[in-house]
Parts: sequence; C-alpha cells; structure tokens
Amino acid sequence: MPKITVDKNKCKGCLLCISVCPKGLIVVDKELNSLGANPVKFKTGGECIGCAFCALICPDCCIEVYK
Amino acid sequence: MDKIYTHPRALRKTVTHYCPGCGHGILHRIIAEVVDELAIREKVIGIAPVGCAVIAYDYWDFDCSEAAHGRALAVATAIKRVRKENIVFTYQGDGDLAAIGTNETIHAANRGENLTVIFINNAIYGMTGGQMAPTTLLNQKTATTPKGRNAQLQGYPLKISEMLALLPGVKYIERTSLHSPQEIIKTKKAIKQAFLNQVENIGFSLVEVLSPCPTYWGISPSQSLNWIRDTMVKEFPLGRIK
Ligand SMILES: Cc1ncc(C[n+]2csc(CCOP(=O)(O)OP(=O)(O)O)c2C)c(N)n1
Repeated sequence: MPKITVDKNKCKGCLLCISVCPKGLIVVDKELNSLGANPVKFKTGGECIGCAFCALICPDCCIEVYK
Repeated sequence: MDKIYTHPRALRKTVTHYCPGCGHGILHRIIAEVVDELAIREKVIGIAPVGCAVIAYDYWDFDCSEAAHGRALAVATAIKRVRKENIVFTYQGDGDLAAIGTNETIHAANRGENLTVIFINNAIYGMTGGQMAPTTLLNQKTATTPKGRNAQLQGYPLKISEMLALLPGVKYIERTSLHSPQEIIKTKKAIKQAFLNQVENIGFSLVEVLSPCPTYWGISPSQSLNWIRDTMVKEFPLGRIK
C-alpha cells in the first residue's frame, strides 16, 4: 500500500495537503511541533493511492511519498 | 517500496521564513526540481529579488546573487553576457518586476537577452505589508486600497506578460498557476521549457505564476487557492501567451 511521511517539525500547518488528498488520509496532529504549529499527520490503514498531490502542493517540502 | 516523491537536491533542508500556505515555497521547490532534472545545479545562477523572496538564496543549493529592488534583469544581463556558459534566471514578484523594475524588465526583454524569468504574481506587495501592486485586481482590498482598487484612482491591473509578448526579442511567455496539483504540474512543465530555451540559446523566456498570499489576502490558504481559481484567472487567463 502506498504511503506518505511528513517531516513534522517543518510543517507550518497550512493544511493545503488536507484540502487536496482525494482519500482524506491526512489529519491535524493535536501535538504542537517545534515551530509552534499543529502539523499534519498521515492516517494509516486507509487506501492511499500514492497520487502525491499532497507533496506537490506542500509549500514547505515536508512530504515524501512511497509506492 | 520506492520513494516516488522526495526532497530535491537543489533545495536546502531549511525551514523557510514564508507564512503558512505561501506560494513562494511551492515555487522554490519546483525550480529546484527542474534544476535537478536538467542537471544544471553546477552552472545555474539565480537572481533573488527584493520582496518576500529576498533571501531565496538561503533556500536554494546553487549559486545566487541578490539585486536591488527591480534590478534583477539588469544584474542577470551582466552575468549572462560575461558568463555565457551559465544558466541565469531571475525570480521576481509583481512589485519587483512590474512596478519599480518595469524599465529593466521591458528593456531586457526588448534586447532579447537569453534569460529565464520566473515572475510571481500574487496581486499584492507581500514583504512590505500588503499594499496594492500593479497586478492588484479591481475591487481588491489592500492596505493602500482599503475600499478596493478603483480604476479611476489606481488604474487597471497591469498585464505585463501580454505587453512583453509584443516585443520581437521575447521568445516564450506562459501564464500558469499554483491553485491545484494539476496546475502545479503545468507550472513545472512551463518552467522547464523556459530553462531549456536558455540552454538551447532560443532567447528571452518568462513564466508568470499566479501564487497565493493568504496572509495579505486575509483568507485561509485553501480559500486562497479557490480565489485564484474563481477570481484571479478571470483577469489573468492561464496558458501560452507567446
Ligand atoms: C528601492 C526600494 N524601494 C522600495 C522598497 C520597499 N519594498 C520592498 S519589497 C517591495 C515590494 C514587494 O512586492 P513583490 O515584488 O510583489 O514581492 P512579494 O513580497 O509580494 O513576494 C517594496 C515596495 C525597497 N526595498 N527598495
């Protein structure tokens, strides 16, 4: 199953990735990161298709995609 | 399992100073990817503007120079003329390229300098606090047009790309946007073309990119993408201009 990883201490919490994920597999992490933002995290167990839309739209280059 | 999307070599792993959801970060990454794919990291020279991207050279892992506000194309002309083997590009906002730098922009284009220009149109001055730019839309509220831009007082949004397309020295102009993953893929393709044109000595190439500024538009990052899609592209239609 494809998956993504998020570099949580680079994420500024803009949430653009959440707005483009076709499967709704990215959610907000309740824990603050070192930037003082609520980063996003990947919800495992879902049907990630490895489209990489999240990585394409990420302004902070926090996301890597595996397929 | 293969990594199908990863951090480009030509982009440093620093946290940028950009606001959450800012288009500059997306565009920095796309340029770094193109530099990697064309294998020109050792010979590319970027010219950073004055504007929010003033310290872009801290983010790219290749040679860069800074230029005074609006003068990126004058600096790029000088560098390219003495170092023809290098690939020289400017990275400029709408204030830098189409207000204080209009003169340098038009004359570099008219001389047909073999340069690549990445023009970030966010319809506002970001760095100085959200004042009106030449590309601000009619009725758009900014710090200096609190009631919205009024054509009678502030004129119309400047279509600098269409104006430049009239000049015989200009070989390629395309307008793209960052409002969706699909448009980001098209933006990357256009930027790659603009770099390839320089490699092949074709001449002056410019890509205008419609880019979100959630902070000074006063809306969320995802609403900013919708605003580009629904409103900004009506004034600045996407596609090949020349
Ligand atoms: C000679 C000079 N005049 C004015 C300024 C103030 N100034 C700094 S950035 C800027 C405009 C920035 O807008 P833009 O080029 O659209 O880039 P953005 O910040 O939106 O990315 C201005 C007017 C300056 N730094 N130097």
